[in-house]
Amino acid sequence: MGKKLLVALGVLVLVAAAWSGPAWAQKGPIKIGYQGPMTGPAAAVGKDMANGLKMYLDEVGHQIAGRKVELIVEDNQGQPDLALTKLRKLVESDKVHVMAGGLFAHIGYALAPKVDEYKVPMLYPVMAADDLTQRKPAKWVVRTGWTGSQPSHPFGEWVFKTLGYKKVVVIGMDYAFGWEVVGGFQKSFEEAGGQVIQKLWPPLNTTDFAPYLAQIRKDADAVFALMVAVSSLRFPKQYQDAGLKARFPLIGGGTTFDEFVLPSLGDEAIGGISPLIYSAALDTPVNKRFVKEYRAKFGKVPSYYSETYYTAGRWINEAAKAIGGNVEDSERFLAALRKVEIPDAPRGPITLDAYGNPIQNIYIRKVEKKDGELWNTVIQTFPAVSQFWKYKPDEFLKQPVYSRDFPPCKYC
Amino acid sequence: MRLPVLPRHRQIGLGIILLLLIVSPPFLSSFLLSLLTQALIYGVLAMSLDVLVGYLGLPSLGHAAYLGLGAYSVGVLTTGYGANFWVALAVGLLLAMAVAAVFGLVALRATGVYFLMITLALGMVIWGLAHRWVSMTQGDNGISGVPRPDLGLPWSFAKAIPFYYLSLVGFLLALWVLWVIVRSPFGQSLVGIRESESRMRTLGYNVWLHKYIGFIIAGTVGGFSGVLWAYYNGFVSPANMELATSVEALLMVALGGRATLLGPAIGAAAIVFLKNLVSVYTHRWVLILGAVYIGTIVYAPEGIAGAFTQLTKGVKPEPLRSKV
Repeated sequence: MGKKLLVALGVLVLVAAAWSGPAWAQKGPIKIGYQGPMTGPAAAVGKDMANGLKMYLDEVGHQIAGRKVELIVEDNQGQPDLALTKLRKLVESDKVHVMAGGLFAHIGYALAPKVDEYKVPMLYPVMAADDLTQRKPAKWVVRTGWTGSQPSHPFGEWVFKTLGYKKVVVIGMDYAFGWEVVGGFQKSFEEAGGQVIQKLWPPLNTTDFAPYLAQIRKDADAVFALMVAVSSLRFPKQYQDAGLKARFPLIGGGTTFDEFVLPSLGDEAIGGISPLIYSAALDTPVNKRFVKEYRAKFGKVPSYYSETYYTAGRWINEAAKAIGGNVEDSERFLAALRKVEIPDAPRGPITLDAYGNPIQNIYIRKVEKKDGELWNTVIQTFPAVSQFWKYKPDEFLKQPVYSRDFPPCKYC
Repeated sequence: MRLPVLPRHRQIGLGIILLLLIVSPPFLSSFLLSLLTQALIYGVLAMSLDVLVGYLGLPSLGHAAYLGLGAYSVGVLTTGYGANFWVALAVGLLLAMAVAAVFGLVALRATGVYFLMITLALGMVIWGLAHRWVSMTQGDNGISGVPRPDLGLPWSFAKAIPFYYLSLVGFLLALWVLWVIVRSPFGQSLVGIRESESRMRTLGYNVWLHKYIGFIIAGTVGGFSGVLWAYYNGFVSPANMELATSVEALLMVALGGRATLLGPAIGAAAIVFLKNLVSVYTHRWVLILGAVYIGTIVYAPEGIAGAFTQLTKGVKPEPLRSKV
């Protein structure tokens, strides 16, 4: 009979535990709230992100601007509803001073209005939803990462001019980030003279691509793939098994060949070309040290997810120092966060543009094998690229945000 | 046929719980209060599903669709057309009712596992619609920035405590409606159908029509939970009606105890709190949730409500589980 009570008792205990939650003194530690997918299909990415942030905090001895730092890690499973609940928890229950978190772009859109309501600054080191620094800016969101279309803009033109592909088939994850990466590529690729002749949209977290691979048009010069998390683990292998790799070279968005997936991939990934704001193979002293120490600590090569969260930690530090550690003054803290410039992040120099998105280097990377490991060798660097690239911001903003149907597929 | 009223000590117990729900909000932290609000809203969903699972014996795997329909009605109407609460509520309920009326025609041709599969497929149709009909639903991005309702009352529901009371009123309303229905002769006929369809048919009942009406009631009340959810969360996305949500609703019913109405509501509360509080302490919370499910199935197959009834011996077996 006692066993039957266990369930009810367990719940009661938990309720009680949360009820008597700690009430911190006014000038306690600086509290940083992190949320990301720590379980579920994207858990491995979530760990990379949390590790990056932890590594930075370890480096500074959990001290920022003379105050202790407390990091609160929450799991949102990559689900928007859970992400909103965790946001409430971090702000209302933990009373954090600043947040950093998120992976998927659509969660970025979901959280932004709530972050503005709470007036607690939140860093988006990864969530790349274009409109958050374009048509629907959120005051309290500080993007330290990138927009989905940012690397795609220079890449599209480069593919046409340098690789010489004329006709490309696109296969991308069917959600905001996928549309934006593909949209940016299509815009500049077609303006340069290329043609996107087919667009395929498998849903997020698809693992079986056979039905999509079978549809790929045979008159293509190359295939542009945009995969994320669990999908990028499966796609290159299936692409090769379908006999497509030998016929159509594979290019893609940066996350398709991210360092997070490379250790799990085999030779099928070699030759893949993609643009991103970071490569672990970057040959700078800062990055070499970062990679070496990250490997020593976590036993793997850092991905861009790790780098962006590592840099986010530094970002918070710089801003907190600028206001003398008085992070309770949210308005000033936010202003300071927006002023941060980092000249020597592992990924290169970063400043924010007038719309709040980083201006940074875009690296075109090719997967190569070195000492038995896959690396994203940088084959071209576009320095200081803004989210608008060569376009005029106000003209660019007149077009709708990239979506499944924009830019329209003229050559399909 | 007269149904026994609730025994005295159980009346007192429920009275205390209700009293606690009414007086505790000002003393709770705002995060706990938001979880309690969630529990009430999911409670409505679980109770509506209980009409199908518990009273009709038809386990459905597509119930999240109705939550989604209600939620999207609110999301689209308030953000796109500035509709007020009553319009959004009416549309949400009618839409859920209409869709249930159509789905019922298809789903009620089957029972058992086949019913499970058909409802699963129908639920995925609604999910797919939300996912692909981007011009209306904004696809995977979801609809964010749904404002809290304005009922034309002197106080605002933007704050957590007033909204909690609104949810509590909604919950009690749904409970009352369902309570009246399941204890009516009609509700008893549903139980009769669950126990023996052929006997009910011989007795002259239009079995199909009874099931159909039960199905529509469950869908409509499910839509109501969606309306509340959209206002609570301020955000609607296809994730609201994924299979996972339907499964969770089914687990709430199983955990709480089928055919008890309040049991599933308690199951909903248990799951909401487990999910959100355990995950604070450990990343292995999914494991704990799984263990709780297995523990319930093994040790308390009748759910929390069933275990409770057994504990407080002397209570007659659940009237609704006995024969009619």
